[in-house]
Amino acid sequence: MSAALTLTELELDALTELVNLGVSSAATNLSELVREEVALSVPEVCIVTQDEAIGNLRERDAKRLVGIHQDFEGDIRGRALLIFPEAKSMELIRALVGAELSPDDIMELEQEALAETGNILLNACLSTIANSLQRNLRISLPEVIHGDGADFFRHSNAEERVLFIYINFAVKHRDIQGFLAMILDLPSLVMLQKLIDAYIERSTGHVG
Amino acid sequence: MSLTVLIVDDSKLARMSVAKALGALYPDWKRIEAANAMEALEQTKQLAPEVALVDFNMPGKDGVTLAAELRALDPKMSIAVISANRQVEVIKRTQAAGAAFLPKPLTEGALADFLTATLKRRQPGSQ
Repeated sequence: MSAALTLTELELDALTELVNLGVSSAATNLSELVREEVALSVPEVCIVTQDEAIGNLRERDAKRLVGIHQDFEGDIRGRALLIFPEAKSMELIRALVGAELSPDDIMELEQEALAETGNILLNACLSTIANSLQRNLRISLPEVIHGDGADFFRHSNAEERVLFIYINFAVKHRDIQGFLAMILDLPSLVMLQKLIDAYIERSTGHVG
Repeated sequence: MSLTVLIVDDSKLARMSVAKALGALYPDWKRIEAANAMEALEQTKQLAPEVALVDFNMPGKDGVTLAAELRALDPKMSIAVISANRQVEVIKRTQAAGAAFLPKPLTEGALADFLTATLKRRQPGSQ
């Protein structure tokens, strides 16, 4: 990794805080949808190869996963994902639309409900981050993928390094856990660093 | 009246940001900082701040739990929990712990309202 791609401690701190803001607003929306409290972990931020990021996803849950992703581009580009074990997706939909639906109805609704939930949460997260950075991000439509960690990275190069950010969430009183992840292409990192420095300056009055 | 304010957040940036807003409103007030609940309790025992501004989402103990513990140490302390997590449950628990809820990112306006109420409450003759 070249020196230009290293973030200072304060820049990493600011990035984590920024993601925290984004995910907290997504969690607020999710809790309104399911009418339960959503607990969040503290975000973790690391620079890893795509392979390592996939390994990390697998460690979290070896079973089949369902992921809703939206790609974003602008001054920074990457992918935001909402991921949970496939077995929990029915439980999530039941929490969203009510318990009275039959399994057949739920099956029918599944794709649409997952895409819409992903859309609300990922947009809440990304737009909070974009607004804090005072930048506009173009956000793609949500896509639902069933598979394991590797399927969520399909389009890119395994050796390529990415900025990987993830946060666990759990819906209280419901058996629903999952996580939000963000993968940022490293060519964006130089720009991200500039945006973060400007954000630090605005937030603290100090030059970062 | 010059007060001492404890700022608790695991993020240094967030602490700097709160300190900036506070410095703009009350430059003479003393600011102390803590990066986690343990440090916050320690600082409170030693320095007895009148006001605590506490982040919600921290590793270990969350801000609401900390607010309740600070309240137990000093029943008169003014405490605000600051969070971008505006879930009804979080706000309810914050209020049940006897703390105010302030949305993150913290604006000078929101902080000013909270501190004005704090000063009013601490004036001689008020309850």
